[in-house]
Amino acid sequence: MDFTLLRFEWVLIGIIVVLLVGKLTDIDKKPYFIPLINLLLVVNILLGFVPMPHGEAFGNFFRTNSLIAFEKNILNIALLLISVMGNEWLKKTTVQAEHYILLLTSMLGIFLMLSSTHILPFYLGLEMSTIPLAALANFEMSSQKSSEAGIKLILSSAFSTAIMLFGISLLYGVSGSLYFNDLANAMQSQPLHLAAFIFFISGVFFKMSVVPFHLWTADVYEGAPTAVTNYLASISKAAIVFVLFNVLFKIFGHLQEGWTLIVSLLAILSMTIGNLFALRQENIKRLLAFSSISQVGYILVAYIGFSPHSLGAVFYFIIVYLLSNITAFGVVSIVESTTGRVTLDAYKGLYHRFPTYALFMAIALFSLAGIPPTAGFFGKLFLLTAGIQPMYYWVLVVAAINLILSLYNYLRIVRIMFIENGENRIESISTNRLILVTMATCVLLILAFSFFPQVYQWGIAWYGFVR
Amino acid sequence: MNLSILVLILPFLTFVGLAFFGKRLSGITAGIIGSISTGIISLIAAFIAFNYWVMSDGKSTMILFNFPWLTFNEHLAINMGLLLDSLSIMMVAVVTFVSFMVHLYSIEYLKGEERYGSYFAYLSLFTFSMLGLVLSVNIFQIYVFWELVGVSSFLLIGFYYQRPSAVAAAKKAFIVTRFADLGFLVGILILSFEAKTLDIPMLIERLSSPDTLTSGNIKMHMVGGLSVISIAMFLIFIGGAGKSAMFPLHIWLPDAMEGPTPVSALIHAATMVVAGVYLVARLFPVYFVLTPEVLHIISWVGIISALLAALIACTQTDIKRVLAYSTISQIGYMMFSLGITAYSHGETLGYTASLFHLFTHAFFKALLFLAAGVIIHAVHSNEVAQMGGLRKSLPTTHIAFLLATLAISGIPPLSGFFSKEAILTATHHANPVIFWLAVIGSSLTTFYMFRLYYLIFWNKPAEHHRHHEHALFSIPLIILTLGTLLNGFIPFGQFISVGLEKVQISFELGMAAVPVGGSLLAILLATLWYAKSTSYPDKFVSLLKNFYRWTYRKFYFDELYQFVTHKIIFNLIGRPIAWFDRNIVDGTMNAMAWGSMYFSQAIKRIQSGNVQSYTMYFLGGVIILLSILLYAYGYNLIN
Repeated sequence: MDFTLLRFEWVLIGIIVVLLVGKLTDIDKKPYFIPLINLLLVVNILLGFVPMPHGEAFGNFFRTNSLIAFEKNILNIALLLISVMGNEWLKKTTVQAEHYILLLTSMLGIFLMLSSTHILPFYLGLEMSTIPLAALANFEMSSQKSSEAGIKLILSSAFSTAIMLFGISLLYGVSGSLYFNDLANAMQSQPLHLAAFIFFISGVFFKMSVVPFHLWTADVYEGAPTAVTNYLASISKAAIVFVLFNVLFKIFGHLQEGWTLIVSLLAILSMTIGNLFALRQENIKRLLAFSSISQVGYILVAYIGFSPHSLGAVFYFIIVYLLSNITAFGVVSIVESTTGRVTLDAYKGLYHRFPTYALFMAIALFSLAGIPPTAGFFGKLFLLTAGIQPMYYWVLVVAAINLILSLYNYLRIVRIMFIENGENRIESISTNRLILVTMATCVLLILAFSFFPQVYQWGIAWYGFVR
Repeated sequence: MNLSILVLILPFLTFVGLAFFGKRLSGITAGIIGSISTGIISLIAAFIAFNYWVMSDGKSTMILFNFPWLTFNEHLAINMGLLLDSLSIMMVAVVTFVSFMVHLYSIEYLKGEERYGSYFAYLSLFTFSMLGLVLSVNIFQIYVFWELVGVSSFLLIGFYYQRPSAVAAAKKAFIVTRFADLGFLVGILILSFEAKTLDIPMLIERLSSPDTLTSGNIKMHMVGGLSVISIAMFLIFIGGAGKSAMFPLHIWLPDAMEGPTPVSALIHAATMVVAGVYLVARLFPVYFVLTPEVLHIISWVGIISALLAALIACTQTDIKRVLAYSTISQIGYMMFSLGITAYSHGETLGYTASLFHLFTHAFFKALLFLAAGVIIHAVHSNEVAQMGGLRKSLPTTHIAFLLATLAISGIPPLSGFFSKEAILTATHHANPVIFWLAVIGSSLTTFYMFRLYYLIFWNKPAEHHRHHEHALFSIPLIILTLGTLLNGFIPFGQFISVGLEKVQISFELGMAAVPVGGSLLAILLATLWYAKSTSYPDKFVSLLKNFYRWTYRKFYFDELYQFVTHKIIFNLIGRPIAWFDRNIVDGTMNAMAWGSMYFSQAIKRIQSGNVQSYTMYFLGGVIILLSILLYAYGYNLIN
């Protein structure tokens, strides 16, 4: 067996071991800890781009190919960005090494899940990526909200796992195997198969926070430390979005007629409910939580198309989404760590005091709202065009109306930052050079990515790896 | 012809340069840089136009720098490039020229403004977006620039961001036009699926060649009795109607005057509002051959906007508001002129007439706004009540304003007469009802324009205190006045027409007599009522009390939209949802937390009892989804 196939995983394990050993010597109390971890994550990214063989391992439980390697690379880069954005907050905690050990363990779970070709490693990966997050959400030891977030995440996640396991057992019951290939061949439109599908997929949709499985999202996003929220809203979501291709296109490919209906219904629900609930939120983390729910709705639209274009569109969109979301949460994190406030009125007149951050935030929000010339516009456009399917035009109509509705949410924040000069405005803000440079890079990429629609074509080219 | 790329590159570079370094430039340097750059591109545009029409036959269509941006599949690719034909060259000439005038004028007008550099950066961006729009070779490319026009107008209208009204106006313009753009986008998507191309020349060739309907190359899918292409073309027109401020999407334009006055000149004369007319004109062959029913809608939307806006303009007392409604009215003329070709049995004079009017209107409307700027600068107010008797104190402005007023009224031999007459001739041949409505609209135009003119320059004893008219104000005014005087004599039909044959714009004396006579009567009436302060207007107002109030309140359109957006969307949807979130969701959670607290001391402090209800929703969702799926596959759930 070729162990180099697991290179992405080895590197993560290596970093975790370094941190574990380092913890014995209180490495996280040292001033060089944060630069060190950033360096390690950079190395992680660079090693990810070294060419590697394709193939299967562990008796076909695990595989890797250029599609999966690309997905892992995207997530690696996102991890570095999130880590840097959280640096300011991290300085205040006492258990920095544990933070990264948990984060990287969750990442390891995600990688395992992405590479799986069998339900068991898939399930293990999914759980491994979630359980550390409950501990991470609980990381603000002194804050009750943070503990509440941790408990809520673990409890509702346990429930969703139970439902999903029930689905898995039904899947095994109808096919006698848990390999994706066998499952794909065994799927028919019998009631038992359909039940297995619904129970299984609801577990996946829970992690993606699709309505009506989204209820934990706002509470957990609000309670968790912003650096963790950033991870939850970006990486954890992106990973499930990638995996959903295996689930829908491969395993349940034969039930396409059925899941198209379900997915389109859920897409509509997610977009609409996400946007409507965001309308009157006063807490920016809650607002962004609902916005991320609606973004997932748009992503689901692309799956309806069931074609190579779906993969291309989602690839393109997810990169833009990661950049925009990470930037937005990065600004929230900065404001929170200096003022301790996460309400919208903390942002009043931000532009007049700190134009750079306000500008970054505005561009990130424009991109989330899909306003040209930011890449978010093309991302949304590709998602909607990929979702064109006869009989499902109405989904596009709802999506388009939602795009307008969401303008209110995003422009509301922009208006508050630019126009209103509040009384209790922010007096000082941290000016961490590294964070500023990272954000500037993200923002430039958001703007420049409009000129690189090639990612879309890569997605189309790699479609064969999904099916 | 490869020079033409400079027309796009120069303003873009100016924008980037001024955006980054504008703050460091002292005095009026930023304005001078912007003006030089725009001056150069208007020279290039003139050169291109000269080359195109004089040095060659003026009939070819050139596509330059066409590079593939994204290839969906072998049938559908999005290319970006420059399309040079008679329509786009004419538009480029107009846009660059008016933009140059506005730049020159703004050097002085905005002097001392805190964000002087940003202003010229935005102005360059605006010019760049509009030029990119008219030069686009692909509908999708048009859409991208179309949105850029929206973004830059948002920046310019909201330039005085300290004023809440300016911010509100910018937001209104952005959201209203974006709502319309949605129609445009959906239209493009449908079109790309039906026609399998987004390339404009190819699209026109595929959808408007004589054998389109018979050859079977294009399958006409039908939805609800309408062909899908008709729906797509109608949606695209909605996009155009939004940008062109056509009824009922016109509400943003009068508020857009919150921007600096030179910006209004640019928006109203050459950029933004004419984009909609350009869009319909660009796709005109498709409308004409394949979807004449959409042209019918366009003509009625156009004439209704023209009349309604003219009526509202008669009652407004803010000088820029009157001009704004007059723009809506004149754009309405251009729109219905394009539309009525569907009634005229294959004759396309309306197309040429519409673009002719676009051309002449650009000059006199820019002139009117720039003159209004001088007046506002001198009086420090927008209200006509604060003006009056300015004929001696602003002599150059007075003459320029009078000539522009005569032009917009269609008095011979000014340019407006020729273009409006061309429209009316085309309309008369096509649809008599619209013709007579247009004649009424034309008389109303004359009336409110002369009302405005008298209220500004007469009405009170002449002031002898001479206001200073800066040279940078006077020069653009004089140049534009010359254009207003002479443009009518351009044989426009030789330059712009559908297809290859030239159009002869001819005038029949009997035809011209009616609207000109109407206008003269309107001038007479306005002179009697407004040249001196009289009581006639008040008497007339009391006679038509309710109607006047309706008109004055702009037929309550703003209130209607306010009602729909604020009352219905926010109160009926937003509030209940927020309430639901707070009371029912949180409330149930809290209630459950309270209940579980009773039983379990362990989770008392965290109050996370609400997770129970989350799981209930979860399970409920699973069961409902399963039922839907089973139902969809035809399993009967009852037995």
